[in-house]
Amino acid sequence: MSGTQVGLVVSVFIACTVEAVEALTIVLAVGTTRSWRSAMSGVGAALLALAAVTAALGPALTALPIDVLRAVIGGLLLVFGLQWLRKAILRAGGLKPLHDEQAAYARESQAAQGAGAVGEGLDGYAFFVAFKGSFLEGLEVVFIALTFGSNQHDVPLAAAAAAAAVLVVSAIGALLRAPLARVPENAMKFAVGVMLTSFGTFWGGEGVHAHWPGGDAALLAIVPAVLLFALGLVALLRRTAAAAPSPASDAVASA
Amino acid sequence: MSRLRQFPRFLWDFVIGDDWRIAFAVAVALALTLALSDAGISAWWLLPVVVAVILSISVWEARRARG
Repeated sequence: MSGTQVGLVVSVFIACTVEAVEALTIVLAVGTTRSWRSAMSGVGAALLALAAVTAALGPALTALPIDVLRAVIGGLLLVFGLQWLRKAILRAGGLKPLHDEQAAYARESQAAQGAGAVGEGLDGYAFFVAFKGSFLEGLEVVFIALTFGSNQHDVPLAAAAAAAAVLVVSAIGALLRAPLARVPENAMKFAVGVMLTSFGTFWGGEGVHAHWPGGDAALLAIVPAVLLFALGLVALLRRTAAAAPSPASDAVASA
Repeated sequence: MSRLRQFPRFLWDFVIGDDWRIAFAVAVALALTLALSDAGISAWWLLPVVVAVILSISVWEARRARG
């Protein structure tokens, strides 16, 4: 397995684990508080919809000329990665609340309990919440797996990494019947942001005819450079947050 | 029908996210890199520089907005 293939597998696996953990929390909340059968029907419907999206987009992507594919998909991956990285930096810098699966589970459960009586047969609330949660989180999984896979001309490898992540999270979730709060989700999101940004930069550049010094080996410099830069921004945010006077100390000073 | 109208909004949020300037900067950087590379000028450095600049601006803007 080449270095870029290892990068592909690791990035897709971590990204899909994070998304699967978030989807699991939603499904567990509506399944436990309302109806497991309806929640699982929603998950099944979401999987069918995602399979249809993948079947429609996958062949279209792989049919594109490699330069166009890398420019467009590399660019999209870079935009997507920068959004992930921006949020991760803001979370790590204390400007955005950390993602908390226990809190998300409590919120979803409370909303599910307040959504009226559970209907006979298929419970519409449980079905649609499970469908929406699984579909939206799954769409990110499909996007990441397809962009990584098609750029690397190895969609099956990306799909296998994505499927492995979903299976592992589903199996642990089925065993525990509780949100996976111990998964270091925020650190994983930071890592995914770094990987998406790095691969997006590399492939986007190749797509617009930039010649990276060292070819594929340039990724070995881009990934640590992006990581160090992002960590530097986090350190700067924390330092300025610590140096800024708090509203309480302002009030004391002006009193 | 309202769901159909919501789709472009969803697509925008999904790809562009909270700060449209990131997508704009990436598109401009890709176009400039293509133009320079096709003119025979080495331009591999441009995209990493734009990534560093736009990420810093976007993070700093968010920090400023939150006071």
